[in-house]
Parts: sequence; structure tokens; C-alpha cells
Amino acid sequence: MRRTTLFTLKTPYREPMEIVGFEFGDPDGEEACAIVGSMRGNEVQQTYTCARLVQQLRLDEAKVMPGKRILVVPSVNPFSMNVSSRFWALDHTDINRTFPGYDKGETTQRIAEGLFSAVSSFSLGIQLCSLYMPGEFVPHVRLTRAGEITKESLALADGFGLPYVVINEPTPFDTTMLNYNWQVWSTNAFSLYGHTTEHVDEAGAVLMVAAIERFLATRGVLRLPVSDAVPPRTIEEAGLVAVRTEKAGGFLMRHAEAGDHVEAGQVLAEVVDALDAHVKETLRAPVSGQVFFCRTEPLVEQHIICFRIAADE
Amino acid sequence: MVETVYSAELPVNEHLLVQKNRICGHGNGPRMAVVTGIHGDELEGQYVAFELARRLNDDLDLLHGTVDIYPAINPLGINTIQRGVPTFDIDLNRTFPGDPAGNLTQVATAAVVDDILGADVCVDIHASNIFLREMPQVRINEITADSLLPLAPLLGVDLVWVHASATVLQNTLAYSLNERGTRCLVVETGVGMRITESYGKRLVDGLLRLLGSLGGWDGSVPDALRPTVARDQRVEFLNASEPGIFLPRVRHGSTLKRGQLVGVVCDPLTGTVREDVISEQGGLLFTLREYPVVYPGSLMARVLGGAR
Ligand SMILES: [Zn+2]
Repeated sequence: MRRTTLFTLKTPYREPMEIVGFEFGDPDGEEACAIVGSMRGNEVQQTYTCARLVQQLRLDEAKVMPGKRILVVPSVNPFSMNVSSRFWALDHTDINRTFPGYDKGETTQRIAEGLFSAVSSFSLGIQLCSLYMPGEFVPHVRLTRAGEITKESLALADGFGLPYVVINEPTPFDTTMLNYNWQVWSTNAFSLYGHTTEHVDEAGAVLMVAAIERFLATRGVLRLPVSDAVPPRTIEEAGLVAVRTEKAGGFLMRHAEAGDHVEAGQVLAEVVDALDAHVKETLRAPVSGQVFFCRTEPLVEQHIICFRIAADE
Repeated sequence: MVETVYSAELPVNEHLLVQKNRICGHGNGPRMAVVTGIHGDELEGQYVAFELARRLNDDLDLLHGTVDIYPAINPLGINTIQRGVPTFDIDLNRTFPGDPAGNLTQVATAAVVDDILGADVCVDIHASNIFLREMPQVRINEITADSLLPLAPLLGVDLVWVHASATVLQNTLAYSLNERGTRCLVVETGVGMRITESYGKRLVDGLLRLLGSLGGWDGSVPDALRPTVARDQRVEFLNASEPGIFLPRVRHGSTLKRGQLVGVVCDPLTGTVREDVISEQGGLLFTLREYPVVYPGSLMARVLGGAR
């Protein structure tokens, strides 16, 4: 293992911010796979998962195939994490909306460029991500559609052994994400979404580390036996059935968790008045299927998607 | 008349309300929409909304048609000194045209677009941010230059900046409206968290002048300044190389000579200057940093030079 500094930013009154990378395998080998952890200051689980991956790859370093190189970047934005700010603390910009970056531009564009120049030439790219809405997911691989290369990636995505592969259509704003820009630069890019974001879930981290190692094994980067896995179900994000608070806000009293199988008509949650606890709205499953996403915040506004269900086939 | 454009229940005994003030004159004149407060930390438009409504109400007989004023598209942000929408951490001007079947912020932006569509003209007033002070200016995406350039000088701004199209800007209110056939001009003026009344007065005159040109206002309005139209000129961006505290050494709005010192980045810990900030090309200093703390990359000034 080689610890390297990929990018340094001088700052007022704080130590320089470093983006640290861990390299495994042949130093002159082909740039096989880059794994990027947290980019936002609240992505605690993503950072932890990468730290565990670094630990695991140290144990497995002898199994990196000759001529191959792996790079792990656990934390792109330690500065925000250290001050409990989700976005870049000075101007609240999201580094994951500034790719491919620009070395003469704004601060976050420089950070993005610093990372991107270190990871853009890898053949495979994996990012551990969080969604903007607070909640829990069934662990899955997400692909952002960016032309032919996404089709190619889709054929590789079962290597992770995760139960779902979700494809989403980017908004114009999404074309500034790392995942999208990796693909523009011909990297097969995968975003991994685990159960949680803001707290450490040990089992979830172990699962993701195993999923990444399994993927590396299927791609001939790591010499490891590939465990059996049920082929994933591939779904379009737009095909997930949303269940929203249509009428009311209040306490969200949930009766279903991410991963549960629910029947059509089943009560998923009640929206309860915050002052007198009467039930204002009952959220029911419109279809039978697996709860793919559920909101975990105790309070909810009207017009908030609280569940997304992958309908039974 | 105050009308509600979008309402959603918040968790505890409150509604989020996006409201507008519809001011109707006589006759079938044009409809002008004036929008501000998409970014909760930008307050320059608050004065414009107030003063425009006051002047229209004072002279209603001079108004033909309708003026809709939307002073707070992001009311929770304005209340909490946040640029984005609190709890969602979302920049609303990256969520247009919205989605009626989506989450609250998307439903709200969809309702706003729906409400404005069909207006003869819309003006979306921004105040830069807390970091930068801007001369009153209209920003036009080059793909809409043909339809908007004739209107922009009426607003009485110092500068009309025709900028290159960028994919991310497709999620702004202005793009969404222009794409759907409703002309929308974007104004940037002043600085975040403050009100510059002199700029605001000029904009109110400008809005009435624009309305007058469409046949909606009979009142007299002073002649507009002739703004500089920046289309082919080179805009020089001065970003910090060093971290520290930025101290300007020139006045905002002044014309700089080639090689002139704009400011310094200093280090209070050691009492030294870490960087001299110099405009290589010279020209009109239309953007100047207001917030002193800088990182490498922080924008400190924009200078409009001569023709390319
Ligand atoms: Zn703004």
C-alpha cells in the first residue's frame, strides 16, 4: 500500500486540506479501479466504508493481479466533515456538482479538478454516495445514463452481487456529478448506495466492502473466489412507485422499513398531527413489492416522498 | 390582492406559503411578473418588490394590465438567512421547472412556473450572494439573446452581460420560462444580505419603463442609462491564489487601467501580504468581493475589458 496526497488546498487558519489516496498493486500497473468515498461532510458511512476497504485491501494486497492498480480515496472533503457541514462550509456548494472541475476556477471546482485528474484515467470508477433526501435504501448500484458506456457498465454491474441495479436519467444539473463525468471520460462508473449515511452501520460497511471486492474479482483486478449471488434486478429509477404525503405534514409514524416486502393496500405509515396526535393521513402501498427507500426523519411536510417501492414483477 | 401560489403543510401547525401580489390596472394591458427571493440570502429584491407595489398602488390609474409581484419564492430561506431551502439544503434555482409529482421543493417550483407562464415578460431579481457586490446588470443566456437583448436596456442597469450557455443553467427559472415561450430577464444587483436602495430605485424605474414599452404603464419614467452590452468583450475573472483576508484597493464600479492593483490578500497572523490582486487587462470593475475571507479559488473581482 502507498499513501499519497492527491490534492492540497491551502486555507486560512486551518491546516492545508489534503485529499489522501491509498494505492494498491503494481505502482506502474494499469489504472484498473478508483474508489471514491465521501464528498459531503455528512457522509459518515461512506467514509467509514472506504476506511474499512483500505484495511481489507491491505490484507488482500498480495491478491491484486499483476499489472493492475487500485486507488481508494476515502474522503474528498474532510474539511466539511470536521466542522459538521454537509457542503463546502464557506459557500455551501456541493463538490459533487462541480465536476469535471477547473483548476483556475472557484475553490470547489479546484477540489473537483484535483480529484478528477487523479481518478479520471481509471477504467473502472466506484463512488459511495448519498441521496439528498434523508432516508434508508436497500443497498444498490446506481448508474446514471450517459450514452453507450452506461449500457456497457450495466453488463458489469452484477459483479457487485447487490440485489438491485438502478438506472437514472440525469437532470441537466446532474451532468456535473463525478459519476456522469467519469463516463464522459470513458470510465465505467458505478455509484453505490448503502443503507445509511449519517451514522456508522458496521454490517452495511462489511457488505459494501465485500461487494466492492467481489466486483474487483469479477473484473480480474483481485484474485479472489467470487461468491454466488442472485442476479440483481435492474430497474429504472422512474419505475419505482413513489408514496407521498399528499394532504398533510406532521409526525411520520412508519410501519415499514427499507427491504420489507409489502402488499398492495398495506399501511406503510401514518402522518400524525404534531400537537394532538390525531391521524391526518394514512400512507398505503399502491402496489405489492419491496420497499426500496424509506424516509427516516421523524417529521414530515406535505408533498414529501416517504417511500419508493420496487413493484413485484 | 395577495394570492397563494403554493401552499404545503409543515410538520407543526404552519404552512409554507409562496405568495404573490397581483396588482390590476384598467383595460387589457400586458402582464408583467416580477420575481425575487429564490435565494433566501439575497434581499435587494425585497426593496424592489415593496417600492414597485407602492408606486403602482399610488398611481393605479396609470396602469393598464397586470403586475404580479412574487417577493419570496423561498420564504423559509429568507426567514432563516439561508440561500437554499432549509432542511432540504437545496438551491431552488437548480430545481426548475419542478415536478408536480415530486417532493415539496419541486412541487413549489412547478407551481411557480405554471403561475408565471403566459406573462408578457418576467424579471427575476437576484442579489449576487453574500460574497460579491455586483453593479446592476442583466444576465442573458446567449441562446435567448435575440428575444431579450432589445428589452434588457430598458431596466436601467449598468451592464447587460450575454454569457455562454451552460447545461446546469437549464434548471433555472429563467431558462424554464424562456424555453416555454415566456420571456424572462435575470437581474443581478448589489450584494447578499443587504439592501442598496439606490440600485433598487433604478430597478423600479426600469421595471416601469419596461412595462411602459409593452403598453402597460402611462406614468413618466426618467430615461434609462445606456448600459454596456458585454457580448464579445473579454470578462477577466480574478480568483485568489492564496488564502487569507481580501482587502480591496479600488472602488466598485470604477474603470481600471491595465495592470492596476485591485486589492491584496493579507495574512493577519504574520502581518504580511500574501498576494497582490492585479487586473491584467483593465476595464470596468463590475464585480468586487465584499466578504473578506478567501480560499484559493475564491472570486474577488470581474473586470469587463475591451472587444476580443
Ligand atoms: Zn440568486
